[in-house]
Amino acid sequence: MKNRLLPWLLPAAILVAWELASRSGLLAARILPEPAAVLAAFWQLLRSGELAHHVAVSTVRAFSALAIGGGLGLLLGLLTGTWPRAEALLDTTLQMLRNIPALALIPLVILWFGIDEAAKLVLVAVGVFFPVYLNTFHGIRNVDRDLIEMARSYGLKGWQLYRQVILPGALPSILVGVRFSLGLMWVLLIVAETLSAQSGIGYLTMNAREFLQTDIVLVGILLYAALGKLADVAARALERAWLPWHRGYAPQGS
Amino acid sequence: MFLTELDAPTPVLERSQDDSTPSRPAANGLALQLRGVAKSFGARHVLKELDLRVAPGEFVALVGRSGCGKSTLLRLIAGLDAPTDGRIDAGDAEERRLMFQDARLLPWKRVVDNVALGLTGSDVRDRAMEALVQVGLGGRAQDWPATLSGGQRQRVALARALVHRPRLLLLDEPLGALDALTRLEMHRLIEQLWRRHGFTALLVTHDVTEAVALADRVLLIDRGGIALDATVTLPRPRSRTAPGFAELEERVLRHIVGQMPLAG
Repeated sequence: MKNRLLPWLLPAAILVAWELASRSGLLAARILPEPAAVLAAFWQLLRSGELAHHVAVSTVRAFSALAIGGGLGLLLGLLTGTWPRAEALLDTTLQMLRNIPALALIPLVILWFGIDEAAKLVLVAVGVFFPVYLNTFHGIRNVDRDLIEMARSYGLKGWQLYRQVILPGALPSILVGVRFSLGLMWVLLIVAETLSAQSGIGYLTMNAREFLQTDIVLVGILLYAALGKLADVAARALERAWLPWHRGYAPQGS
Repeated sequence: MFLTELDAPTPVLERSQDDSTPSRPAANGLALQLRGVAKSFGARHVLKELDLRVAPGEFVALVGRSGCGKSTLLRLIAGLDAPTDGRIDAGDAEERRLMFQDARLLPWKRVVDNVALGLTGSDVRDRAMEALVQVGLGGRAQDWPATLSGGQRQRVALARALVHRPRLLLLDEPLGALDALTRLEMHRLIEQLWRRHGFTALLVTHDVTEAVALADRVLLIDRGGIALDATVTLPRPRSRTAPGFAELEERVLRHIVGQMPLAG
């Protein structure tokens, strides 16, 4: 019991100290509003439906970009992982591009796509592409050669070999890439939405900043934290569902 | 320093009084023939001009020091590698199955689906279940391979090989990593299934006791060829304390170690 409470001791202490500091006037509301005010702002946004609207907009954006970037990464990763010819053709180029941080592309993305929806999608999609691509490629390449040799000697070839041995063997690695991308997705979306947006969590916080509504800014920040955590939980659930055989996820004795 | 004296190649004996189960369907087995087989990796000649005949249904053990080429020979017969020279007649790929040193089960398939790997038809599951029951693991069909012990995994691998009704079963030190008790259990199981199905068996092992316990013939591979071809006529199932067992074991061991000429 003691051990379960221990990790929460420090956050609770910080909250109490923060609340006290705000009430005593030590901390100006313009710098940091008191926790109760943040909670109140959250409640108000929730009741007005504003919160749901902005979260929905951001979520759709994030997952559309993930579908595009991650999907492309998966496709190209499977391609270069499976065919050495495709690797020879594509991998060097992709490895070079990989070294450019997605955020460095912002000026170019704005020039090409303006500051509309497309720009945000492109920015996030480019960022999440590489983790999925790299992990898919390595997953395919690192499938146990001995298992492939065994499967071949048992008469498996072509699509059967791919579906029964190579893809399942690469799946753990692919999911690592997806999980990494899910984290990156929110980070990139924050930046993209902060640059310019008419809706979304980024818009909510930037708009609040204009009016010095620090409580709403804080709600936005905490929302990103919660959504990031949620994405991670979802990724773990995906691993648990798709890798039931894996030592790390297998329920004991089943 | 190493003894090169060869035993005169023993003619393949017809199955006679040494076989306590005359009803064994030897006709299922595949005749194996190797002529002038050589294998080199670069400048290293692992096998040289090797000739071998194995009668249908015969159980042959290949022994030798590590690196002598016995596993290479098995891989050639299995068709996993191509010989540098020579001819191998070992039937079609579907007629032979190989059991590897490690079980090589697919971790993402349940035990029964591992056994069913490569099977086609409508009764795939039934056949896989039947094979699992034969190796005593009918109750673990729905488990993941990760939950099995080393011995159980090899039993699943054995079931996976046998479900194809091979006419030639190749065993590449499949028991090397198992503990002594599990090995004894596996010996009994392999012998029992061999007698029931009548396939030709080729077992690579570094364990001379295992070779003498299981095989009709023990072949010693050395310097790229067959250095000893000893026929084992002890009645089955063999006990380690049976008269003649220790002598034969000793004879093969001495040959391997090369300390003194062959006594028998």
